[in-house]
Amino acid sequence: MTDNFLHSVSLDAERCIGCTSCLRQCPTEAIRIRDGHAVIRTIFCIDCGRCVRVCPHRAKRAIFDKLSDIDPKYKFRIALPAPALYGQFDELTDIGCLLESMMELGFDEVYEVARAAEIISECTRRYMRKPGIPRPVISSACPAIVRLIRLRFPELCDNVLPILPPVEYASRIAKARVLKNHPELTKDDICTVFISPCPAKSSYAKNGLSQTRSSIDYVVSIAEVYMKLSGKVKKPHPGMLRSRAGIAGVKWASSGGEAEGLFDDRYLAADDMDNAIQVLDAIENKRFPHLEFVELNACPGGCVGGAATVENPYIAKARLLSFRHGLPHNRNYLDVKDQGPDYVPPDAVLDAPINDYIPTYSLSEDRFEAMRMMMEIDELHAKLPRIDCGSCGAPTCRAFAEDVVKGEATMEDCVVLLRRRLHEKQEGGAKE
Amino acid sequence: MAALNFHFDIDGEDFSSAGEASVEMKKKLRQLGFPSDVIRRCSIAMYEGEINMVIHANGGNADVDVYPDKIVIVLEDHGPGIPNVELAMQEGYSTATEQIHNMGFGAGMGLPNMKRYTESLEIETQVGVGTKLTMVVAV
Repeated sequence: MTDNFLHSVSLDAERCIGCTSCLRQCPTEAIRIRDGHAVIRTIFCIDCGRCVRVCPHRAKRAIFDKLSDIDPKYKFRIALPAPALYGQFDELTDIGCLLESMMELGFDEVYEVARAAEIISECTRRYMRKPGIPRPVISSACPAIVRLIRLRFPELCDNVLPILPPVEYASRIAKARVLKNHPELTKDDICTVFISPCPAKSSYAKNGLSQTRSSIDYVVSIAEVYMKLSGKVKKPHPGMLRSRAGIAGVKWASSGGEAEGLFDDRYLAADDMDNAIQVLDAIENKRFPHLEFVELNACPGGCVGGAATVENPYIAKARLLSFRHGLPHNRNYLDVKDQGPDYVPPDAVLDAPINDYIPTYSLSEDRFEAMRMMMEIDELHAKLPRIDCGSCGAPTCRAFAEDVVKGEATMEDCVVLLRRRLHEKQEGGAKE
Repeated sequence: MAALNFHFDIDGEDFSSAGEASVEMKKKLRQLGFPSDVIRRCSIAMYEGEINMVIHANGGNADVDVYPDKIVIVLEDHGPGIPNVELAMQEGYSTATEQIHNMGFGAGMGLPNMKRYTESLEIETQVGVGTKLTMVVAV
C-alpha cells in the first residue's frame, strides 16, 4: 500500500551498522534491520525523527533544503523562523538581534512564525466557540501527530483542528503582504524559507496536511542556521530590527504553549510519541468528557526537542522564558470586528478537513485472510522466546511473527531459537 | 469460520495496567481490518469492563471471540457480584468507594456505556460468587 508520501527521514546505509538502537524506539514499528542495515518501511513512518535523535552512528538523517539550494530566480526571500530557533543561542539577549543577523544570510525579510501563531491562537479560540464541533479539539500544528492520527486513530480525524498550522499561515500571509507592498514583484518572484526544528515539518512542506497543500518553498534546519550564526549574532544597537511577536507566540515552541494561548484550563498537553499515543488511545475510549483541547507534540518538550535543533529542549525552553521580560502577551490580532464571536477567517482554515484514513495496519484487505494470518501469527508467537531482543531485525517477537507470516522473514532469522536447536542437537549427539 | 480468540488476564492489584487489554485488543482488531467505529465500540466496552473488574472484583479475565461478522467479548470475575442489576444499569449509579471516586473513576457509567456501545449485553451475576458479562458488537 502506498500513499505517495514524501518522507524527510532517511538512512545513510554506509554509516548504519544494523545496531538495533532505532528499532525498538520507533513508535510505529516502521523499522526493520535487513542485511545488516536499518530499513524504513515508509508507509508506517510518520517522520517524527526519533530514530534520528537516538542513532549513535548518525546514520539516520533528516532531509532538509540547504540555504544554498534556494533558486536564484527568486527576487525576494522571506525567512520564517520557528520560535524554537530563539532558544538555541547562548549569547542572545534580544530576539531582534537574531532576526537582524538572519537578514545577512541572504533574506529580504524575516516573518516570525510566532506572529502567525498568535493569530492562529485567536482563530482557535473562535473555532472552539462553535457549537457542535467534535471535542476535545486536537491541535493540527504537529504534522507527525496528524499523520499518526490518520494512520492509527481514524475515529479522531474529525477532532483535528481544521485550522492552518502557524508556519503555513505565516508563509501565506507573508507572501501576500510582500506582493501588496512590492507591486513590481509577481508571486513567482517570492519564496518562503522555513527554519524548522524537525523533519516532520519538512515533510509537511512537501506533502501538505491531508488535502491542504503547503505554500512553503524551502525548509532549512535550525541546525544549519545555528551553524551559520553561532557566535556571530549581533549585539543590540539603536534602530535595530525588533521582534514583532509576544509571549503567547514564542510560547508555542515548547509543550503546552499552544494550549495556554486558549485561556481555558480544560486542556491536556502531552509531548513525546509514547505519551501522545497513550493520550489518543484514551481519547478514543471517550475517557475525558470535560476536555476541550488537546495539544500533542511528537518531540520531547515540544518543538524545542525537534531532531533538527541543537540545544537540549529544557535549556532552550529556559532561554525562551528569559526573553519574556518586557514583552507584551500578544502583539498580533485578527481584524474581524464586525464578525460574530465564532467567526474564523477562511484564509486561516485548512483547505479541506482531515478525513482520509489510511488503513496501514490491516494484515489483508480480505477479513477471512486477515483472520487466518492472525491465527498463524499467534501460533508462531507462542513458539518464540518473547524476549524482544531485536536480533532477527524486528522490534518485537510479535512483529517478527507477523513478518514471517507476511513472508518478509523466516523462522531461521530467530537466533535464540537457532541456538536452542543447536544445543538440542549437540546434547542429542552426546547421548548417542 | 472458527472464531479467533484473544485471552486477557486483567490484573486487579491496582490501576497501573487497567486499559491495557483494551489497547491490545484494539491493535489486533485494527490488523484484522475491522471498520473503525466497530473497533472503537469494542475498545470502549472492553475498557469499561476492565475498569469495573479492577474497582469491584480484584481483576478477572477477558475473552474476545472474533467472527467475520461480529465480535463477542466475555468478561468474567470472581468478585462480589451485582446485588441489583437494574440499579447498576442506571447512569450515574455507582457503588465505588470514596477513594475510587477521588481517583476519577466510579462515575456510574460503566455498565450503561457497555450497553450503549454494543448490540447486546448479557449479565449473569451471583452475589458472593462473581459476574459474567457477554457483549456482542455486530460488524
